[in-house]
Amino acid sequence: MFAYIVRRSFAGFIMLIVMSFVTYMLFFAGPIHPERYACGKNCSPAQQEQTKKALGYDKPAFVQWTDFLKGTVQGRTYPEDEALQKAAPANVVECPAPCLGYSVVNTTTVNEEIKVTFPVSMSLALMAFIMWMVGGVLFGVIAALKKGTIIDRGVVGISLIFYAFPTFFVGLFLLKFLAIKWQVVPIPEYVSIADGGVGPWLQGLLLPSLTLALFFMAGYVRMTRAFVLESLGEDYLRTAKAKGLAPRRVLVKHSMRAALTPLVTMAGLDLAGLMGGAIITETVFNYFGLGKLAVDANQTFDLPTIVGLVLVLAAVVITANIIVDILYALIDPRVRVG
Amino acid sequence: MSPFLSVKDLKVHFPTVDGVVKATDGMSFDLERGQTLGIVGESGSGKSVSSSAILGLHRGTNALVSGQILLDDTDLLQLSDEQMRLRRGRDVSMIFQDPLSAMHPYYTVGNQIAEAYLVHNDVGKKAAKARAVEMLDRVGIPQPDRRVDDYPHQFSGGMRQRAMIAMGLINDPGLLIADEPTTALDVTVQAQILDLLQDLQREFNSAVIIITHDLGVVAEMADDVLVMYAGRVVEYGPCKEILVHPEMPYTWGLLSSVPDVAGDTESRLIPIPGNPPSLLNPPSGCAFHPRCTHRDKVPGDLCRTETPELTAAHSGGNHIKRCHLVNPDEVYATEVLPEIAPDLVEEN
Repeated sequence: MFAYIVRRSFAGFIMLIVMSFVTYMLFFAGPIHPERYACGKNCSPAQQEQTKKALGYDKPAFVQWTDFLKGTVQGRTYPEDEALQKAAPANVVECPAPCLGYSVVNTTTVNEEIKVTFPVSMSLALMAFIMWMVGGVLFGVIAALKKGTIIDRGVVGISLIFYAFPTFFVGLFLLKFLAIKWQVVPIPEYVSIADGGVGPWLQGLLLPSLTLALFFMAGYVRMTRAFVLESLGEDYLRTAKAKGLAPRRVLVKHSMRAALTPLVTMAGLDLAGLMGGAIITETVFNYFGLGKLAVDANQTFDLPTIVGLVLVLAAVVITANIIVDILYALIDPRVRVG
Repeated sequence: MSPFLSVKDLKVHFPTVDGVVKATDGMSFDLERGQTLGIVGESGSGKSVSSSAILGLHRGTNALVSGQILLDDTDLLQLSDEQMRLRRGRDVSMIFQDPLSAMHPYYTVGNQIAEAYLVHNDVGKKAAKARAVEMLDRVGIPQPDRRVDDYPHQFSGGMRQRAMIAMGLINDPGLLIADEPTTALDVTVQAQILDLLQDLQREFNSAVIIITHDLGVVAEMADDVLVMYAGRVVEYGPCKEILVHPEMPYTWGLLSSVPDVAGDTESRLIPIPGNPPSLLNPPSGCAFHPRCTHRDKVPGDLCRTETPELTAAHSGGNHIKRCHLVNPDEVYATEVLPEIAPDLVEEN
């Protein structure tokens, strides 16, 4: 098991290096001229050249990439031009290893940007994850047990409605009615645990995570329903009944255990995907998370931020994959290795 | 003195959108402790459905079950769901065809066996596990104290079936139903499992119902045989009677389809033509008549128009059959037997 984890982590590490390379190459392969964007209109070619240098885009793409890799190991100092460092010592920024770069657009290091936005996305994703897993599994099991009845159809139908409505609609709807019109909950605002404690943190997360959870729950209700129904038809469930086990034990110990296994895989990947994928929800509720940062970085051609985000999000997905595989081995004795 | 198990006119019907599927349509038999009944028939003839009904596994589905299942004079069909559940696995238990899919892949063999003991006995987990080890030892698993913590996929097919038997017998049930217990196993292992079942039956003095389509298994194990076709009993009686003097053309067909390794190669393997009928829309009259090669011997198209009743066979005794043929014993001796076992005819 340990050797397996080491092997998978190593493969993931190689993957990250490849991904950073691809991101650099793609960025420069496109018809993007960040220096023109930064310099503004009426910018002379000489000024453009100067801006390019100031932004650090003057070197060949490959060299920029190797500089980036070096920075993740050694750390970097910005701006890199020594003349500029001497001219304005107050503007010098130290970026200790592992340095992901410096965003000229946001005038801060990428590490700092991610340090600020990561907890927001993480809180949002985790909270939504808990909500949709509890709700999805609960309603899915109920629908499966009441298969064909009005309850089953109601649960599946309602979940489909939430699935069909885009998150910006559900999010705005919740915001408009629950928070603004009826004032059931305060207008959500992200407060970190360090700043305001657990209570305000949870309160702030309620509506945005509910918005996300309602969307994901629909899928999980249907999947749980399908997996439970499938397991109910298995031979080993008939064996469990033939032993004289109580219906609840048959359901919980024998059916659910089998039904939840495929859900674990999906859940892990969905959670990881949500880290950078909750852009719309983050925008609706004005949460400054990784998704919003990614959209902004792309609109301003902020390469260091883009590369940093690609790597962080990829690392999250890779880690989630490894965790899912480990969990799978813990759940299903047939896939245990070595 | 009434028999230990008495099934009377058992019917299992499934209402569907297209009509009622009569999976079992009027099945009756008696069985004593220590005796074995073999239920034979093709796939879909209602063998497994009837045995599931005895166990009450149809409860909670849309199946309509009627008739009587008297076990020790208690009608199992009259019990509440909870009462039936408490008898399941304790008074009546079942072992299934494919032990790999019949065992939960995520729990150890010992856990699953001990669970069967825990439900019906007021003991702790340790005692239940000790009992599971004891049962594994009894069914011939080597190093049972170590193998008890193995998962089903770590067992071989034969060992899995032994474990299933251990699970079925852990509460010493009066009635054990074995649903094709050897079908998924190698031939060499089949004989071991059958021997084991016989030994345990003697030891526990239980009644055994063995469901199979293998007449070899029946010949080895059964005291009585019940042949089913399209949900109906078509022949029922003592095993020796049925195997030596079968009087229903379907039973002849089953006997003709059994390969005889020891016999000479001249004896032919004769398959029954056609397919089992649809239970939703069974043929008129005798359900077997479309596939029966002897229907012309019955005058007046009777096989097509009228369902034959279960009547006493010519050989007498408790042997009954469902067939319009007037002289089935003669037809069998002169037409069927020479085809499938010419050497037997010469000896006579």
